[in-house]
Amino acid sequence: MSGQQSIRDTFFEECEELLEALVEGLAEMEDPDHSKETVNAVFRAVHSIKGGAGAFGLDELVHFAHTFETVLDKVRSDTLEADPDLLKLFQRSGDQLANLVEAARDDKDPNRDAQAVVLGELQKYLGAEDAEEEIVFDAMGLDFGAELVLPDLLDIEDTSDSSESADSSDGQSSLKIAIRFAPKRSLFENGHEPLLLFDAIAELGTLTVSADTSAIPAFAAFDPAEPGIIWKLTLETSESETVLHEVFEFVDSLCDIDIKVQQQEKQSAAPSETIEAEQPKAQAAPDVPEASAAPEAPEMSPERPARGPVKQPAPSSSAASAPANTAAAADRDHRGPKPTLRVDLDRVDRLINTVGELIINQAMIVQRIEELDLPSGANLTNELEAYKLLARDIQEGVMAIRAQPVKPLFQRMSRIVREASDATGKNARMVTVGDATEVDKTVIERLADPLTHMVRNAVDHGLESPEKRRAMGKDEIGTIRMSAAHRSGSVFIEIGDDGAGLNRPRILETAIKKGLIAPDAELSETEIDNLLFLPGFSTAAEVSALSGRGVGMDVVKNAVQALGGRVSITSTPGRGTTFTIILPLTLAVMDGFVISVAQETMVIPIASILETITPHARDLHRIGMYGEVLRVRGRYVPIVDVAQNLGLQRNVDTNGNGVLLLVETEMQELNALRVDAIHDQRQVVIKSLESNYGRIPGVSAATILGDGKIALILDPEELVKLNSDDVAPMPIIANQEDLHHAFHS
Amino acid sequence: MTTKVLAIDDSRTIRNLLRLSLETAGFEFHSACDGVEGVARFAEVNPDVVITDINMPNMDGYGVIETLRNRDRTSVPIIVLTTESSDDLKARARNAGATGWIVKPFDDASLVSVLRRLTGHAA
Repeated sequence: MSGQQSIRDTFFEECEELLEALVEGLAEMEDPDHSKETVNAVFRAVHSIKGGAGAFGLDELVHFAHTFETVLDKVRSDTLEADPDLLKLFQRSGDQLANLVEAARDDKDPNRDAQAVVLGELQKYLGAEDAEEEIVFDAMGLDFGAELVLPDLLDIEDTSDSSESADSSDGQSSLKIAIRFAPKRSLFENGHEPLLLFDAIAELGTLTVSADTSAIPAFAAFDPAEPGIIWKLTLETSESETVLHEVFEFVDSLCDIDIKVQQQEKQSAAPSETIEAEQPKAQAAPDVPEASAAPEAPEMSPERPARGPVKQPAPSSSAASAPANTAAAADRDHRGPKPTLRVDLDRVDRLINTVGELIINQAMIVQRIEELDLPSGANLTNELEAYKLLARDIQEGVMAIRAQPVKPLFQRMSRIVREASDATGKNARMVTVGDATEVDKTVIERLADPLTHMVRNAVDHGLESPEKRRAMGKDEIGTIRMSAAHRSGSVFIEIGDDGAGLNRPRILETAIKKGLIAPDAELSETEIDNLLFLPGFSTAAEVSALSGRGVGMDVVKNAVQALGGRVSITSTPGRGTTFTIILPLTLAVMDGFVISVAQETMVIPIASILETITPHARDLHRIGMYGEVLRVRGRYVPIVDVAQNLGLQRNVDTNGNGVLLLVETEMQELNALRVDAIHDQRQVVIKSLESNYGRIPGVSAATILGDGKIALILDPEELVKLNSDDVAPMPIIANQEDLHHAFHS
Repeated sequence: MTTKVLAIDDSRTIRNLLRLSLETAGFEFHSACDGVEGVARFAEVNPDVVITDINMPNMDGYGVIETLRNRDRTSVPIIVLTTESSDDLKARARNAGATGWIVKPFDDASLVSVLRRLTGHAA
């Protein structure tokens, strides 16, 4: 049923929020002055997860959450002190809880070993009494009625003919129980209804009911709110007396009740004599004056008399929470997060698309108006300017809807840091900066895996062992630093460690051994560092149990590139390594140059262009038959002819001329893309080609220009790659090593 | 007349589940996400039956029950829906004026039948 599925989805969404609140609360608890409410919030987060999980029959999750919550409850009630050790355990418990939620969501097996360890540690804080309280949850789907756990008496069918139920006890020894039941006014005030009680009791056996109306005052003195009937019930049952007490559980302080076991007899006794008043419904009327509301309930337990006094504290609790009303009303403002509106993502994307059309449309209008050649300073031009600004505001506003803070992502990473340090025996702490930075939702989702991998690597390979760190005079606890920031239209995400830095000789050795580079290759430090991103670099030999998930840094690079971003490394021996991921702010719009290539209009992302050059003939050099290089400030840069690589006819007029766009590849090699001309710089709306047409090598997407024409958006990285593939056996590549010399001499 | 149910629970999941099962069963469903909102909604909605959680921010379930019984002087049934099942907590709810106690996870059919009984309505 889709309704349930969507509720299940909401449950996992809610879990994300609750886990976030949990992590936040646990962090606050490290402050010795944290407020009581912090602990309450942490408790509630776990509790809510448990409650929801129960509804979906997620037993493992329920069980873990229950244990976690029980220990938290001890802290909440001040019977256990949250010392640093316990807080650490709570954090690890939070991690496990998150893992369990994820496993349940994705229908995978959780890491039961890790979970068992944490569970065992939590259980050490529990006493015997807690264990008894352990609730066993039956997996209950929504649509079938398993047993209702509590409303003791309530889940019975209407059995107005109560004597029938006695049949079931045929031949068994039965009890005859006499009950005198005199409801107090408060019974009705609390929403109870004697009839429901009788129904429930009738379930237990053969019930006869009679009403003693002698206490009802004369009409003049009659108070409709004051119960006057005293009920006398006789029950023959094969159930134990305890079950009867359960029926009265919720009313035992709201009535005078007297339960007497009269005799134990063989079931043959004839109960029919006592049918004096079988029709309680009729009599109930005067008794339940205002109470059309019919409730039921509870039990009274002579066998648990201690409860009477125990409950007496309740009034004081009411004293405590009643004033809370007003107080709480007063700080309504800080209850919970800011009000939010949940909207179907499809709707947002449709809106974004429409706004994209608006931008295109605006570009067209601008173009048409320019064609009119109006006098400068015309009103229309000014209005148009305002329109452009508004359109841009709308666009930014709409994009902001998809933007989300990276905080949850970073929080998840701090969990990874803890897990990784546990697994490797290293001490690590996570520092985050700029976690309020907002990034497109899709980007956040797709970054989770690459970041996880990088963070694991940072702990596993980046940080030294505690002993080594100590020996080097470093803090034994290594730091993993994650930061996010917006800079010049891009999002910068950095993952850094303060470990030993990259071991360049070893990287080089590995790359040579794997045949990734020539044994005599001379590489710069940056080039060596970037070898990490080569497919096939990551080796089983150096992968530990932790990082060894068969993922290399090339996968990270690909994921980032797929998002239109790039990733780079800087490393200082002894000081650590930092990976920087640079991503476009949005996936839907981009700043580009409008260029022409072989009479076609195309767009190239500005972000990828370092420099534009109109070359002098003296800076152009041919190498071999096909290769051509550009000399830029003493460096030789291979020229990539865009038209040629896209299979277009080279424009003879501009052959050898045109404009060169200097781009840097992931390997931080420079290349010059040759195009015919640059016409304009503008924001373009990215339209996927793959979903509409198919994949074209060298082209990342398409857009619609102001004149209504479709223009392809080029992928510089891929163009460079195409170029090397095409001419692989040709001189320019044969001379790659020489080029490197040329670049770095 | 349709029976009005007010459910007070801080878990969106539980509120959604209740909404699904109770609306399907023909109840008019209202909800609140904490105790303070709950008692405020009570006055607006004037429900025939209240379902409340115990562990909630701002005002817990006991507070809700006491407020409704003492401030609103209502005698509508108030059912506690919670994962707790300890006798102490039950006793506390009972003393506050709760009409019944249902342990989560609840099962639809039983819950609906309980509510029908309590309210004496078909739905």
